[in-house]
Amino acid sequence: MKTTRILPPAAIAAAAFLSAAEARADDLTLCWAAWDPANALIELSKDFEAKSGHKMSFEFVPWPNFADRMLNELNSGGQLCDLMIGDSQWIGLGAEAGHYVKLNEFFDANGISMDDFIPATVTGYSEWPKGTPNYWALPAFGDVVGWTYRKDWFGRPELQAEFREKYGRDLAPPATLAELKDIAEFFQGREIDGKTVYGAAIYTERGSEGITMGVTNVLYNYGFKYGNPENPYELDGFVNSPGAVEGLEFYKALYDCCTAPGSSDWYMSENIDAYKSGQVALQMNFAFIWPGVNADPNVGGDRSGYFPNPAGPAGHFAQLGGQGISVVSYSDSQDAALEYIKWFAQPEVQSRWWELGGYSALRAVVEDPGFATSQPYAQTFLDSMAIVKDFWAEPSYASLLLPMQERIHNYVIAGQGTAQEALDKLVEDWTEVFEDEGKL
Amino acid sequence: MPETRIERVALATPPRIARRVRGLSDRAIAWLFVAPTIFLLLAVNIFPLIWTIRLSFTDFRANRPNAEASWVGLRNYERILTDGDVWMTMQATAHFLFWTLFLQVLLGFALAWLINAKFRGSNFWTTIIVLPMMLSPAVVGNFWTLLYQPQIGLFNNIVGYVTGADPTGFSMIGDVNLAPWSIVIVDTWMWTPFVMLICLAGLRSIPESIYEAAECDRASPWRQFWTITVPMVLPFLMLAVLFRGIENFKMFDLVVQLTGGGPGSVTTLTSIDLKREAFEKWRTGYSSAYAIILFVTVFGLASIYVKALNKVKER
Repeated sequence: MKTTRILPPAAIAAAAFLSAAEARADDLTLCWAAWDPANALIELSKDFEAKSGHKMSFEFVPWPNFADRMLNELNSGGQLCDLMIGDSQWIGLGAEAGHYVKLNEFFDANGISMDDFIPATVTGYSEWPKGTPNYWALPAFGDVVGWTYRKDWFGRPELQAEFREKYGRDLAPPATLAELKDIAEFFQGREIDGKTVYGAAIYTERGSEGITMGVTNVLYNYGFKYGNPENPYELDGFVNSPGAVEGLEFYKALYDCCTAPGSSDWYMSENIDAYKSGQVALQMNFAFIWPGVNADPNVGGDRSGYFPNPAGPAGHFAQLGGQGISVVSYSDSQDAALEYIKWFAQPEVQSRWWELGGYSALRAVVEDPGFATSQPYAQTFLDSMAIVKDFWAEPSYASLLLPMQERIHNYVIAGQGTAQEALDKLVEDWTEVFEDEGKL
Repeated sequence: MPETRIERVALATPPRIARRVRGLSDRAIAWLFVAPTIFLLLAVNIFPLIWTIRLSFTDFRANRPNAEASWVGLRNYERILTDGDVWMTMQATAHFLFWTLFLQVLLGFALAWLINAKFRGSNFWTTIIVLPMMLSPAVVGNFWTLLYQPQIGLFNNIVGYVTGADPTGFSMIGDVNLAPWSIVIVDTWMWTPFVMLICLAGLRSIPESIYEAAECDRASPWRQFWTITVPMVLPFLMLAVLFRGIENFKMFDLVVQLTGGGPGSVTTLTSIDLKREAFEKWRTGYSSAYAIILFVTVFGLASIYVKALNKVKER
């Protein structure tokens, strides 16, 4: 009798709990690029699934098609993605076209402070307009262009001696772009272990953003600016300044003298392949590849070293990569998506993220005393993140990127026209875009 | 007992429907049957075309559907027709079209001629020859990228072996002078079998009796070729040229996979340029005008060509 009196309320409570849990459980889809860090994120997200009861799905698109595919998804108001780890340059479009949910109130309500993240990543991945406290993403993956080099080749006594005799200094990671070119020239066409090797693998890709992400590492350091600091849309004399022209000529000279044959359309994966197969001594690439290089059986461990993008005559900068994580405004599961962001922002989750190969942007992680020595590339990552600069993040980002790809590729790879003509035409193209946008 | 099929159908028609149809004229019934097709044609072809024409006079952007589009008159057309970069893509397309058609007709006809000779194993070789056209253009683009690789690519090594040149000394898809030819070579490799099949159909449709009569008249093989074979295969060849011409004017996937439009813009064909304007820069009004210009060009050229084809058939 007693049992029958107790059981029904218990059963009701259990049923209510189960149905409530079921009502809360959402299927979340996270969209990102298909690359090594994405696999680490799948592993990391298992903890979120276990704690929240939500089920995570992932939509990863290879880099060359990533922007095309995902921007189409956003522009069409698609509901494929609840969470988007979109490229830093999309933030203007995401904010102004209403693709992303503004996160300020959510951050305030949940004690998430942007002061806790590396400042450059907050500006690069979260803010729109830049320099204002309007946040549309949480810094998710810090990334920057840096260089990988064959430490084992650099360490060979005979090469050291030959290099010292020729250039009057040690064969060591370069401090300037001019030194980098010397090293690339030194290795170009050299026989090492019976194989012909080449100087450097640099970004030359035409179809998406490759050559732009490469050439900017030189342009910034030769004095290129996106516009007048007083008036950002005044381009003439900044984009095509004498320094910028010299920088573009340097990039072409580097391509002509010191790259592998057939490297006219190379981006991240081609550079990785060339480096891992022992084809090149130096590799330009985003920092995300470093965990993979370090673990590689052929070139990993002590055989590789890392250094930040070298300085030029007019400055010391590196192209920012990386992304923030945003909630897509067309999602039906925005609450669950925000829950994911809250979980992801926790220091212990960010620490685990770094352990798995994800570059955390949380200061608590990167400023930890043990961080710089935690991996052979950790210090280079920190040094590189301190000198970042990014491409336009305007809503018209794609319209600005395409002419840059065209003008730079035309000059550097196809050898058409002069550097001055290429940058002058770029000014014309960008001016036209801003006129169409009503900003000029 | 009904004798004809029409009578049987009339009797089998339910009275309710028969009463309704009885009041309709033959013309009305004909319209009833073609109406769904016409509706579909209007909805899928004509309406988008009219809408595109309308958009081409505006500055509409599809990625900002809520922003108001302004009427810009002929500005989009003027910008396209005076843009040197657009003319460069037109030149690249013309180069690609001319050489692919020329080589495919030449090689396709030659192969068809050989296959038609019916040698031992001709069926086997026909199957081997048509294999490339069964592959996906994306796959073809990808593996030719490897074949063209200067260090390990088979193409470069064969050229190096035959000519004595250094295989790493030239890059088919990286050299501004060679890249336009690299896409011509791949398209020719892939689609010559298609032209060959059409030519083969033409060659096999020529009655043997005509050749026998020519031999009785002591016509030489060379004269038989020019006065019998070529005129009788010509309509087939022209049809193949029409199909390949339209296809290659729209060429996109193979070239994107192979060169991405580079180096620089030397292999950026009009379809690639149009796609970038429409779906990467999202200049919908501008790209609509671009599409209309291309449509008028293809439609005009195809109409002239079809008239010529009909004249050849009538001869």
